[in-house]
Parts: sequence; structure tokens; C-alpha cells
Amino acid sequence: MPQTPRAPSASSPTGLVGKENFPHKHLLAISALKPWEIRFLLDEAEHWVAVNRSSACKHDGRLAGLTQINAFFENSTRTLLSFEIAGKRLGADVVNMHAATSSVKKGETLIDTAVTLNAMRAGVIVIRHGSSGAVRLIADKVDCPVLNAGDGWHEHPTQALLDALTIRRRKGHVEGLIVTICGDVLHSRVARSNMLSLAALGAQVRVVAPPTLMPAAVECMGATPYTDFNAALDGADVVMMLRLQNERMDGAFIPSPREYHALYGLTPERLARAKPDALVMHPGPMNRGVEITSSVADHPERSAITEQVEMGVAVRMACLDVLTRSARGVEGWA
Amino acid sequence: MGMKGKLAITGGLLADPAGTELAPGTLLIEGDRIVATGALDVPADAEVIDAGGLIVAPGLVDLGVFRTDKPAFHFGGITRAALMPDQSSLLDDVGLINQATRSGKPDFWVHPIAAATRSLEGREMAEIGLMQRAGAKAVGTGRQWIADSGVMYRVLAYASALGLTVISHAEDAGLAGKAVATSGETATRLGLHHAPACAEAMAIARDIALVRETGAAIHFRLVTTQAGFDLIRAAKAEGLAVSCGISPAYLFLSDLAMSDFRTFARLSPPLRSEEDRQAALRAVADGTIDVITSSHDPRGPEDKRLPFADAAPGMAGAETLLALSLNLVRDGLLGMNVLMRLLAANPAKILGVEAGSFAPGHAADIIMIDPDAPWIVDSGKMAAAAGNTPFDRMPVQGRVRRIMKGGSFL
Repeated sequence: MPQTPRAPSASSPTGLVGKENFPHKHLLAISALKPWEIRFLLDEAEHWVAVNRSSACKHDGRLAGLTQINAFFENSTRTLLSFEIAGKRLGADVVNMHAATSSVKKGETLIDTAVTLNAMRAGVIVIRHGSSGAVRLIADKVDCPVLNAGDGWHEHPTQALLDALTIRRRKGHVEGLIVTICGDVLHSRVARSNMLSLAALGAQVRVVAPPTLMPAAVECMGATPYTDFNAALDGADVVMMLRLQNERMDGAFIPSPREYHALYGLTPERLARAKPDALVMHPGPMNRGVEITSSVADHPERSAITEQVEMGVAVRMACLDVLTRSARGVEGWA
Repeated sequence: MGMKGKLAITGGLLADPAGTELAPGTLLIEGDRIVATGALDVPADAEVIDAGGLIVAPGLVDLGVFRTDKPAFHFGGITRAALMPDQSSLLDDVGLINQATRSGKPDFWVHPIAAATRSLEGREMAEIGLMQRAGAKAVGTGRQWIADSGVMYRVLAYASALGLTVISHAEDAGLAGKAVATSGETATRLGLHHAPACAEAMAIARDIALVRETGAAIHFRLVTTQAGFDLIRAAKAEGLAVSCGISPAYLFLSDLAMSDFRTFARLSPPLRSEEDRQAALRAVADGTIDVITSSHDPRGPEDKRLPFADAAPGMAGAETLLALSLNLVRDGLLGMNVLMRLLAANPAKILGVEAGSFAPGHAADIIMIDPDAPWIVDSGKMAAAAGNTPFDRMPVQGRVRRIMKGGSFL
């Protein structure tokens, strides 16, 4: 099995204590993380999975008194909801800012918005924005930790973490697994973060897309590109489908949704090429009948799609907890 | 300009663009014109200026800037600049050309580039002939491509009859689309909209075919790829009136400079791969590249402190043009005289202005250069209207110590 880099000292699980486990102020991109930092966040998330499942009352007060602003400059339902639930379960005062109802629409610059949010003394800010690099731009202007909830086509780090956690829990490990990511890789921040995180955790990552939806030089992200879905599925342990945005279906990138389904849709016949116990994943929301057939998406043993949603809350709780430890004066994190 | 007597600049090393190496000598000026250069006897009635061992060179002629920014131009030794038509009021009208022509005087000369088409939309020809009479020295497509080949064909034919060179932007618009980066690792890592580098060669190939048909003169303002240089080389070998330019950014930076979403490195065309950068260095050494321009485009935070794709393209380049270009001499790619061809004589020739050289009768626009003077580029302390340079914090060498415009020191 391939070896992945380990932290300098490895007596305890990581050999690191306190802040050494995650010496970052923000969570902006998987590309900024070391493999053991990714594993640390996954380990932390395991705790929250247990808490979330254990009792009816899931409240933990550790973020009490901290204000969490979810600043979403791009529409989102499930990610926003997931961050909101995560914050509330940790006791934070959660406020949502939607671009549609904010002064952003009135021409306020992103920097001005950042300065404004900062002046409100947020304890943590969660940002989604349609432009690659926009979240980092805001993070440079605020004092509190910033969590990237998706910036353009660049990264969506918490999605990659929740996907890695889902795989690790189902398969027992990530290292050595063959993971096939299929769909609109070109426009996908989910694909970018997942390629980086899964490669860092030692998986063999394959990406498959029509040539029109594959970024140039994708090998630099640690993945092997395919155009033939069948070949990419051979022996796969995990099949991760990406959502095909409606605006890409008009003929510019693919001829039609039905042709896409014929060539790149995940059907039971296709799935048979993967390992018999291969896991099926999708970040949602799904286009049933386009990139994925309902019988596959709803398969009781193979589909991990609802579990991904559950892991999302746990991962986001872990990230919110870890990033605010310094401000909360947690021992070893000052 | 009042009547001035004779002036002799002595004690310097002359960087004559027509020469082959730096040579000690005298530059003789009468009024606002150069009279003679070389190993001359200084006339008894001439005022003598001692250059103190500095390099004496023609004032730089910057072919293709986006703003008249005199403090930056004077810092950089630039005495004339061809102004791109992409202004807040596009230079597609006689009145605006008139105004632009006068805008730098008396201590700086602006040579406007007339928009080839109305509103630079690439559809209807602008009044090129009338704008020429108002002072336009070339015709340009602006920072965009004329997608309609029929329109470009007619623009070339029409400008040719007027003796004007067409200055073209070499990026196939269909392929480039909304791209802000060249296809490659950096664009993929950053998740930026990218287009293959061959967008440039495609545009050049079409325009060369139209030049062959019309006999027109064309200048590709920024050529930045191996495939582009190959096409220019072949067109020159064929005897077509084709020339091309580059700016120091494409000679000294690759697309890696965009890492961390640095918007100061958002340029048009976008920065290229390291292979293309190496090809650009070869093209400058073998004479394929005729012009080095600053492509000066100072942009403040309102245009640059934005997400990468939303930021305006362009960099403030006037102050660093000479110092960065001197690296080419230090690295042995060019001699100082050839560099002065690229920075002064060739652009002046393309614009049809009597400047940029030491030829008798040419304008007495002169700079004195201390080629080794070290300094550090600092985006926070620039003379330019804004400090958007991707070369921030870079140590460079070469300063302009004195600058003369039309026979008078500034």
C-alpha cells in the first residue's frame, strides 16, 4: 500500500499537540493543508458524528457568545443549512447574509463588505463566492477565522473533507483506494478540492469527463484523466459523480443531457465495472436521469449520498471548533 | 519653443540605434533637432554639456500605452508614447484624437492610435483618414481582436493607402472567450477560466494572410508565444510588412506569477508558460521582436483589489521598462544599440515620427542612463498613477539621470 507523508513525530496518532495539529488561521483551500492536518480534521469530525447520533439534544455550548456570519454571495441551500446547523449545535449565534438582500447588489466592493463584516466583530465568517480567489481576498482583510464554503471553480474544502470522512468510515481507510470522479471537472471546485485531498490521503484518483469539461494539465492536481467512463470505472472502490450545471447543457460543452447520460451517466450496468462493493457518492443536488440513474443514487448499500450530508454537519462542526480554539483560549491553541 | 543655439553633449557613451556598439562621442543639437553625432569637433559657439560617462541614448518611444502618465514616463526615460484607443472615451473620433495629441505637450509627446472601428466594436470603420489629419500615427484594434475577417481585411487595405500601420491585438476572440489565464497548471490549480495559448497564433495567422492579400503594414503589439513568433519569423522571411512587440512581463514572468490570485499579474494577453517565456527570450535575441513596450496601464485598487477574474487587466510598466530591458543586455541577448532600436528607433519608424534615433534632423529627445544604478521596484512608491506592478520588490539596475525633450532638459 502506498505510503503517505506523516507528521514529523508519530508516537501518538499524530505526535503533535494543540495548535501544531492545525496551525492555520483560516480554512481556505485543501492545497494549503498537509496530509496529517487533513487527517486531524477528520479525526475531530468523528467525535461530532458520534455526538450527532447519540442523543436527541445535540447542543454543545463551546461556541456560545461567538457570532458566526455565513456570507453567501452565491446561492446555496444545503451548504448554507449545513453550516448553520453546525454553528447552532456548537452554540454560536449564527447570522446569514445573502448577497441578494445585501448591499453587494448595490455596488459595494468586496473589500468594503469584508471590512464591514469585520467591524461587526464576527467570531468566524463562512463565505461562499462565485469568483475564484474571492474568499482569500476577504480573509486577508478580516481579523477572525474565515471558512471557505466554495469560491468559483477554485476550492470547496469542507466538501472534500466530508467526502474523505464518508469514504474513510465506509472503507476503513482512504489510502490505496481507487476513486473515480466523474463529470464537469472543469467548472467544479468540488472536484479540485477532492483531487487534492484524496491524493494527499494516498488514494489513486481518476477523473473522467468529456474533453470539453476537463481542465488543462489536470495531472498537476494528483489525478489521472480519462475520457472513457467505462475505462475509468474499472476496479474503482469509489465513484464520485459531479453535478452537471443546467447552463452547461445547452450545446456549448455537451450536445445534450441525453447524450451526456448515454456517455457519462452512472447506470447500474456501468457501476458493475467498478468493484462489487464500490461506493457511490454525489455532492448534490442531483440531476436524476442525467449524471446518475435513480436506482444507483438510491441503492441502499452502495449509495453514500445521504451519509455525505450527515458527515457534512460533523465536518463543519469540527472546522468551526478547531478554527475558533485560538480565540476561545483553548489550552495549547493560544 | 524659442530659438535655441547649439548644444554639444560630450563625455558620454553614445548608444546610437544605428550603430553596433557603445562609443564615446559627441551629440550635436541645434534648436530642437539633432545635427550630428560621433567623433566631432565641438563648435566654438556651442554650449557644452558633460554627460559624465553616462550612456547617451534616444528618448524611449513607447508603442502602446493606456494612459498618459507623465511622471512615470519621465522616470522611465520615455519621451513619446503611442496612446491606445482604449480610453474612457474611445479614440474613434477626430476631436478626441486632437485632444490626445495635445495632451502631453510641451514636455511629452502623445501619438494617438486611432480606433480602427467605431467604438472598437469591430463592425464599422472609424474615420481613419480624418483622425490621421488630426494627429493619429497608427490605427489600432485596441485590446481586442476584430473577429470579422471581412472588416479586418478592409481596415488593412484602407489604412495601407493612408500609409498607416495597423496595430493588432493577437487573440482569437472565440477561443479566448472570457478567459483570464492561459491553459496550464496554474490556471487549473486556481480554478480560473483559461484558454489555450494557440489563440494567439490563430489570430496572427489570419492577419498575416490578410496582410499578404492587401500589402498592408501590421504590427502585433504583444506577441507572447512560440507559435506566434514562428509565424512572425516566416512572414518576415517572406518579405511582408509584419512587425511585433512584447512587454518585459512576458520576458521575465510566466503564468506562475498569478499564483495566490495576484491580480497585478492579470494581463491581456494573459501570462504564458515557461516554455513560451523562453521562446520570447530567443525571439528577442534573434531579431523577431521589433519593439519592447511598457504597455503602461496604471490601475488603482478599485480595478485591482478584486477577485482575479473581476480585476481589470494591465500593469504599470513605464518606470520599469528600461531597467528590466537592460537585463537583456546584461544577459548577453542583445547589445545596447540593438536594445535602443527596440525601445526607440523601431517604434518611431512604425509610427512614422522623426524621433527615436540619432539621425540628423530627428527630434532632440535624449536620455542619459546610468546602466548599473541599483534600485528596488516598490509598488508603494511609484511615480506612476498607480503601483500595479507584478515586479514589486524586485531588485533592478539602470536609472535615467537626465532627460531632454526637443532640445531642452526637463
